[in-house]
Amino acid sequence: MLTLQNLTTQHPKLPLCGLDATFEPGKIYTILGRTGAGKTELLRTLIGLDPISEGAVHLDGKNLDRTPIRARQMAMVYQQFINYPHLDVLDNVAFPLRRQKVDKATAIARAREALDLVGLAEFEARKPSELSGGQQQRVALARAIVKHARILLMDEPLANLDYKLREQLREEFPRLLEKNSDGIILYTTTEPGEAMQLGDELIVMHGGRIVAKGDPAALFENPPSIEVAQVISDPPISICDGKISGGELFFSDGSAVGATSLKIGADGAVKIGIRPDALTIGGDISAQVTLAEFSGSDTIVHLRLPFGEAVMLVDGIREYSPGDAFDVSLETDALLLFSQAGENITERTA
Amino acid sequence: MSRTYNSIKYICLLAWSIFVVFPFLWALSTSFKDANAVTSGARYLPWVEFEPSIQGWQSLFASGSRGINIITPFFNSATVTLLASVISLILGTLAAYGLSRYNFKAGFIKNSDITFFFISQRIMPPIVLAIPFFLMLKEIRALDTIAGLVIVYIALLLPIAVWVMIDFFGSIPKELDEMAMIDGCTPIGAFFRVVLPNSLAGLVVAGMFCLIFGWNDFFFAFTLTFTETQLLPVAIVSLNSSVTPWWSLSAFALISVTPLALVAIVVERFMSRGSLAGAFR
Repeated sequence: MLTLQNLTTQHPKLPLCGLDATFEPGKIYTILGRTGAGKTELLRTLIGLDPISEGAVHLDGKNLDRTPIRARQMAMVYQQFINYPHLDVLDNVAFPLRRQKVDKATAIARAREALDLVGLAEFEARKPSELSGGQQQRVALARAIVKHARILLMDEPLANLDYKLREQLREEFPRLLEKNSDGIILYTTTEPGEAMQLGDELIVMHGGRIVAKGDPAALFENPPSIEVAQVISDPPISICDGKISGGELFFSDGSAVGATSLKIGADGAVKIGIRPDALTIGGDISAQVTLAEFSGSDTIVHLRLPFGEAVMLVDGIREYSPGDAFDVSLETDALLLFSQAGENITERTA
Repeated sequence: MSRTYNSIKYICLLAWSIFVVFPFLWALSTSFKDANAVTSGARYLPWVEFEPSIQGWQSLFASGSRGINIITPFFNSATVTLLASVISLILGTLAAYGLSRYNFKAGFIKNSDITFFFISQRIMPPIVLAIPFFLMLKEIRALDTIAGLVIVYIALLLPIAVWVMIDFFGSIPKELDEMAMIDGCTPIGAFFRVVLPNSLAGLVVAGMFCLIFGWNDFFFAFTLTFTETQLLPVAIVSLNSSVTPWWSLSAFALISVTPLALVAIVVERFMSRGSLAGAFR
């Protein structure tokens, strides 16, 4: 079991601030956060590349503070395709085994097995520079899993691949990671979909802190704060000002939200979270397009509404230009309520 | 368009090649001449315009008053240059790796200051260093010795090695060393097993610079030696053209440039095979 106790670093750009977490063997933990959230810093600190200024990392109760990097029983896959350029693919994968003093024949056999698993058996004699980006990342992955490390750290391994390869490898990951099924896998990503798909448990990071940890679906359904809500959804959940008055919920322009399954609490200012799929074309709310962009087979439309800015997800590729105006409707049951401090205060009637 | 362009390109390259190669061909031609051939106008083609003679080459290896004795200065130069280059390359590579991977701080002195300190030794005019070097070598009784020259040449070549290798290590991602350590290497092991094999191109370039500067240096070879230890550049200059025949001088000059030319040819072939090509994406 891997335990973080008040893990704090003094990284000049992005310090980690008092992280506490426990990771159990046999699980994949996806760490979700925007760029600069501290994901890479966390992995680098765990493996010993960055120093800890306060707190500790324990593996099965043993403090790793004085354990050198090579003895931490960890493997890592970087975002960049890091392989040893002077070695061929087979020697690249056998490299960590040779350093563990595994005899050459066994190391080669195990390296071939790992290459077979990642589908690169026929490329074993090539140099990494003679492979495509996706293949290079597979070599790095094979080198990480061949060690049977107790902890496998994967730092946005798909970030530098094109869309198609990303999809392909993402689908293959559960099979590839079976080799490490009794270990702990920490997988960082900026993509909520990837985090949901791969993780047994989801950790959300923001500003060098862990802001949420739990079941991916549960966190998506009920994000504990605005920070989490904005990270966990792609496109992000829109936040508008609102207020509760006389047992009714109003937007900032004074319009009533109307019938909703939300439990309305005491009077006061609140923040209203609107999921991108809660807005649909056709209705009684006037909207003006400020930006439209395509994401895969969907269109993300940024709208100016009477009560604020919001993002709408539309199925299919639609041509919208800034300035286009139409009416939209809002699925009020899908709204989220947050306090002014950003805490989720959503409650629903049975 | 492309044909005209190619024609112009090849004409220019040919003109430049002639310009570069001509002095060597002239020296080569002269080295096979005798007194008659040298003094009877411009003649270039052996057997056609003059009868070749090997007396110029023979005089380099002959002993006694007829001989010039190229062998001792040649081996002195080779020993000093090779020793100083290898030691500079080893020390310079280690220093450059340290400077490129670790942050040093002593008061206001940081990595960039240390790097500048190394490079500044090449900025100074050599004459500034001559007297201190002379006095230091005299103090340790190393004036006019191979060892003394090796020490001085290390001081002169080290900045070149550090300068080239810092730049080269900067182009190798730090993550490569980190990955080697994650895969089971010690920091030193990561350097020798991963970083160094991938720095071959840098090592060759730095080594070439060291060899060229060491082999061609005249100033320190002249000021720090008397009669016991003569290096090749000093030996060439000490040949008096009114005493030494032109054909012997030409042969001497050709021999002195041959080692560097051979090194350049070997390195060029090595590089053209792609062995030194960087492999990082």
